Amino acid sequence: MNEKDTIIEQILAILKPFSVDGNKITAETDLVADLSIDSVKAMEIIVKIEDLFDISVPINILSDIQTVDDLVVQTHKLIAGDN
Amino acid sequence: MGIFDKFQKLAETRRAFREKDTEFFNVVMEEVVSPTEVIIKGRRVLLAGGNNYLGLTFNDECIRAACNAIQKEGTGTTGSRAANGTLAGHVALEQELSAFFGKRKTIVFSTGYIANLAMLSTLMGPEEVILLDADCHASIYDGCRMGRAEIIRFRHNDAGDLEKRLQRLKNRNTNVLIVVEGLYSMLGDRAALVDIVELKHRYGAYLLVDEAHSLGVLGETGRGLAEELGVEDSVDFIVGTFSKSLGAIGGFCTSIHQEIDLVRYGSRAYVFTASTSPSIIASTRMALKILQSKPELRHRLWNHANSLYNRLKGLGFNLGPMPSPIISVQCKDPEQAADIWKGLLENGIYVNMVLPPATPGGTSLLRCSLSAAHTSEQIEQIGDAFASLTQFI
Repeated sequence: MNEKDTIIEQILAILKPFSVDGNKITAETDLVADLSIDSVKAMEIIVKIEDLFDISVPINILSDIQTVDDLVVQTHKLIAGDN
Repeated sequence: MGIFDKFQKLAETRRAFREKDTEFFNVVMEEVVSPTEVIIKGRRVLLAGGNNYLGLTFNDECIRAACNAIQKEGTGTTGSRAANGTLAGHVALEQELSAFFGKRKTIVFSTGYIANLAMLSTLMGPEEVILLDADCHASIYDGCRMGRAEIIRFRHNDAGDLEKRLQRLKNRNTNVLIVVEGLYSMLGDRAALVDIVELKHRYGAYLLVDEAHSLGVLGETGRGLAEELGVEDSVDFIVGTFSKSLGAIGGFCTSIHQEIDLVRYGSRAYVFTASTSPSIIASTRMALKILQSKPELRHRLWNHANSLYNRLKGLGFNLGPMPSPIISVQCKDPEQAADIWKGLLENGIYVNMVLPPATPGGTSLLRCSLSAAHTSEQIEQIGDAFASLTQFI
């Protein structure tokens, strides 16, 4: 399992409580359209990701995140220190 | 799909509040009777949500100064500060604010919102970082978004979380600006400024404190939280407003850095808006004098704040962590907030109802803000109205 796979697994665990009607969350899941994540919930999720991976997520990048995969890609970048 | 379709969810929410006769947004004050009373739907209502901390909106000297300025200089400047909108009064007010705060330079802006917009969008540039408290006001977020710096939030009033983030930035070798508020507008709690100042020095960061709600309210001479905690020399930038304790509208930033003056030239929010009208400048200058010469207004405000906070706490309402002139009842959900809000209005009391996402942690709030112009009887009346609604807790 590579680093990105590990990240996606951990992020899926964070997102699990936001699943609608028990539907499976995948990399393609849209955070707003499918999970109804509003700005308050988004901040809760970001704080959990920051704590888990020991990173600070700039709020400037939030507009680039639409799907779970986008979230994983940005988290991966921040862990690698590319951002 | 039409351009207004995206507002449908808001329209539904508004309809639901209207059906319950609890439409709280854009309440029309048909007549203003005094600093603390208005007429709403033909009824006399006591204002307990006005931010008029020192009660100066009807002060005779302020009104006279405003009227004189209108007679002498007209109703508006019709121009930007950068063009034809800087009158002698604007410059005098900037000097008076610098002297009051003991700072080197001050810029006056047209509103408090614009002050934050201008400072935060201009001070920090690409590759630089703004670390802001999660509960900061929308104007701070908007100013940050308008600029090109990296924006990182830290947990509200959590110096430990702030330090973690400063630590992560240690090797970036860039400028970092920490942004907090003196008194937070929603719950009336204060920044952990002593700890934050210590971190600012240890990590070589800059510090901006928005004293919008603490000017005239905190500190021995009313300069705000930084004065109260004895850390004024460590605050690089203080932002404030004329629309609360000073009873008008406008904003400012004052600084220990002489170079703040350069922000005038680089800030779109300063250059591309009309300047404050002469009457506002004149009444604000007078209000600033009164703030300094009448500390009894602040003492009276605090007596009211302690009295109402303790009464509501005793009644079992869930309040913010400490007494302050902002006393917010934290409700279970928007429905509970609406029920109590409606009951208060029926009892002749107006408070602010504030719902997510404008609130910390997604709570629903009934926000009272008190005034030195309230009488002790009016504070009793506000407490009585809440007491008659405890069945909704």
